[in-house]
Amino acid sequence: MFDIAIVGAGTAGLSAAIYGVRAGKSVIVFEALTYGGQIINTPEVENYPGIRQISGFDFATGLYEQATGLGAEVVYERVIRIDDQGDTKLVVTEDGQYEAKSVILATGAKNRPLGVEREEELIGAGVSYCATCDGAFFRGKDVAVVGGGNTALEDAAYLSAYCRTVYLIHRRDQFRGEEKSVERLRKKENVKFVLESRVTALNGEGKLESITIEHGKNGETTQLAVEGLFVAIGQMPDNEAFANLVDVDHSGYIKAMESCETNVPGIFTAGDCRTKKVRQLATAAADGAIAALAACEYID
Amino acid sequence: MEVLHITTENFESEVVKSEMPVLVDFWASWCGPCRMLAPVIEELAGELTDAKIGKINVDEEPDLAKKYGVMSIPTVIAFKNGEEVGRSVGFKPKNALVKLLK
Repeated sequence: MFDIAIVGAGTAGLSAAIYGVRAGKSVIVFEALTYGGQIINTPEVENYPGIRQISGFDFATGLYEQATGLGAEVVYERVIRIDDQGDTKLVVTEDGQYEAKSVILATGAKNRPLGVEREEELIGAGVSYCATCDGAFFRGKDVAVVGGGNTALEDAAYLSAYCRTVYLIHRRDQFRGEEKSVERLRKKENVKFVLESRVTALNGEGKLESITIEHGKNGETTQLAVEGLFVAIGQMPDNEAFANLVDVDHSGYIKAMESCETNVPGIFTAGDCRTKKVRQLATAAADGAIAALAACEYID
Repeated sequence: MEVLHITTENFESEVVKSEMPVLVDFWASWCGPCRMLAPVIEELAGELTDAKIGKINVDEEPDLAKKYGVMSIPTVIAFKNGEEVGRSVGFKPKNALVKLLK
């Protein structure tokens, strides 16, 4: 029996592991893919207090080595279910079962897909969710960015330096992102605004060649020849497996206050997977600390 | 086996004309998920006896990346007799990469 079982080895989960083992508890961390979470996609982190600049990979690796070096155990198995048996929580993975006195859900968030047919098939063949990761492959080409928030605006600005044309597609006529960024984009000759429109189809043999766009006002459709489509319509949680275990909000985020407690005694939550206003690296780490100490208090 | 450093110069001999299947990892040093994948690739190279493992740095070999339509990294492509038989994009666990060769 472990004292604390943590689901997710991102910044929140590994921070919780550090606080858990340092409080003298036995800690097991479950991870489906690789440690680090979303931050590994960020080339330069420049807003984490106390660290002027670090790559997301180095940050994640430092965190991982710190947690495992202190004695946390990281297991690469996907958690499919957790049974709340009162004082014992049974963590069921694809490969086995583990008992723990408490659980911290730190499952993070993932990019929200457009929900258009063939989207998944074309990932890596034109469809991307990370302009800074994949932008360089589209040098001199025509691409589109979908979204209306700051990420979409930043992506469009980033891509406009490489690409021949950047179409910025948004379903409304106003952006949620900062007006200053919109102004800056309007001045760029190779950025074209396609507003009140949505992407309805992805076309191409083996790779993306064009997209079909439906214009909201008149319902007309047009084809836009682009080789790249950067989807920046926000994040979504990955809590389907736990929706029956703890209360989640309408978007699927686990309901919790600053204490990181869920509605179930002994089950805590930390990081981007929970209801909160600010989802940053520093707040994920902070949540990890709070959740771990709350779990320790619960056990004792 | 060692992980092969594949370039335009040796692509023909190491991949296209290879008698064994080859798993090629397209990567770059600035790419976090690629660095996460690196130890998995190393491990595979140590374990597989019926396939070769190689890496192509897309910054040094943009033409190879372009030729194979690599638009996101890491991309791992499995080759048999010089032909692409499987491809995966993004960080994937070891068993998913092995499956590309099947």
